[in-house]
Amino acid sequence: MGINIGVCALQGDVSEHITAFEAALSASGQEGEVFSFRRAEDISRCDAIVLPGGESTTISRLLHKNDMYGPLRAFRGGIFATCAGMVLIGREIDDPRIEPLGIMDITVGRNAFGRQRDSCEMAVTITGDEKPFCGYFIRAPVIISVGPEAEPLCYADHIVGAVQGPHMALSFHPELGGDLRLHLLFLERLGAYKVAP
Amino acid sequence: MTQTFRGVPDHLFIAVPQQDVQTMKLEELRFGTELVKRGFAAMQKGGVIMDVVNAEQAAIAEEAGAVAVMALERVPADIRKAGGVARMADPAKIAEIIETVSIPVMGKARIGHFVEAQVLEALGVDMIDESEVLTPADPTYHIVKTAFTVPFVCGARNLGEACRRINEGAAMIRTKGEAGTGNVVEAVRHMRAITSEIHELQGMNDIEIAARARFIEAPFEIMKDCAVRGRLPVVNFSAGGIATPCDAAMMMQLGCDGVFVGSGIFKSETPAEMALAIVEAVNHYDDASIIADVSRGLGGAMPGLDIDTLPEDQVYRNRGH
Repeated sequence: MGINIGVCALQGDVSEHITAFEAALSASGQEGEVFSFRRAEDISRCDAIVLPGGESTTISRLLHKNDMYGPLRAFRGGIFATCAGMVLIGREIDDPRIEPLGIMDITVGRNAFGRQRDSCEMAVTITGDEKPFCGYFIRAPVIISVGPEAEPLCYADHIVGAVQGPHMALSFHPELGGDLRLHLLFLERLGAYKVAP
Repeated sequence: MTQTFRGVPDHLFIAVPQQDVQTMKLEELRFGTELVKRGFAAMQKGGVIMDVVNAEQAAIAEEAGAVAVMALERVPADIRKAGGVARMADPAKIAEIIETVSIPVMGKARIGHFVEAQVLEALGVDMIDESEVLTPADPTYHIVKTAFTVPFVCGARNLGEACRRINEGAAMIRTKGEAGTGNVVEAVRHMRAITSEIHELQGMNDIEIAARARFIEAPFEIMKDCAVRGRLPVVNFSAGGIATPCDAAMMMQLGCDGVFVGSGIFKSETPAEMALAIVEAVNHYDDASIIADVSRGLGGAMPGLDIDTLPEDQVYRNRGH
């Protein structure tokens, strides 16, 4: 039995996430299937879900329209959330236009770096990894605070990544650059969590 | 078996060279790189970008779930009515729209008018549309888009035009269509042209691609990149004449990554409902029962214009080459 990874394809950089996770599965020698989904009933057949980058206001509205808030909150697998996905997965957001999922114990600030002209590539430090990671920050959010249930993972001036059980939230886009270290770490944590939840 | 997103197996970014992270300095920030620009465009995929002319319309667009708004002085249908020279919008108007919404704000500059583009960048616009809807400012050259930090989107009717714009630094391509007419036929023509030209390239070897590159006046490397990926190396939206949820879903089924709706929303009888319906239709572009549902009772779409009777100077798609 392989790992089923579903990329929530309501809006955003879906194909990039599919390609990156396919590469990560094959690099880690694991069997699995990566697919996109746009219906709430598909959530139950996933072991892991990706909430991709995109526009968080749009994705939030579409999650409501497609009745996905409930099933996502009830989901027992791991969630990999980047950028807009991170905005949604937290407990609190500094913007009333978006309803948080409240899955991870983090408070997120939207568009924390400014507008697109302020978007950049920046070195990120990952806890437990000596090699810096090239982070692509695109109108990126940051983690304003990490609650007791979550744990900070990545730093670049601010906290730009956190983990909680099988979940991982990142401000930046590891799916764009081809460096798979964070995807592999997610799969490793997912495997450990499945064995000993 | 791996299911891929709409049969597009590739990753848009495979060809962007990776800087060796070992040599990256922690304090170094790199702005406006090719990947940061193309990445911004990728975040718009599966979305609807709406033309707006004031803060109130921008709020309606955001509320409906638009991924971005295009801040304008007038929508294309009104540009046609007004006649004269169409230019970049008043900076006060753009600033007002930027103030109102949290989603990205785009602005239009005239073809070749690099100073309008500089001003838009200074105002904090997130993407610049070098647009044939405005009166071209340079008869020969388009803007050198690699010189900017903000990404650009440009119109194209065919593969040659798309590759020339990508070579100049465009991070997103859109069909030109025929803006402000409410007639989708030109957008369909342009989308199909680009798709079939790429299909042809996929059956060619390098010398054949090189010969075709000379013929369509496009750079070989970018065409080769298209052949390898089976698609343009940047995000490809549809624009120009999209007026109904069915129009938008049709463009998505034809393989585009998202849509621009210009006059189609705020020239319809029920803009807020039309905006919502088009967002839903793009989201469920392959589910006809949902498209039927959202299309119900929308009232009149924008009035259309007969493209064949447009006077030569009113044919926007032929501006730029």
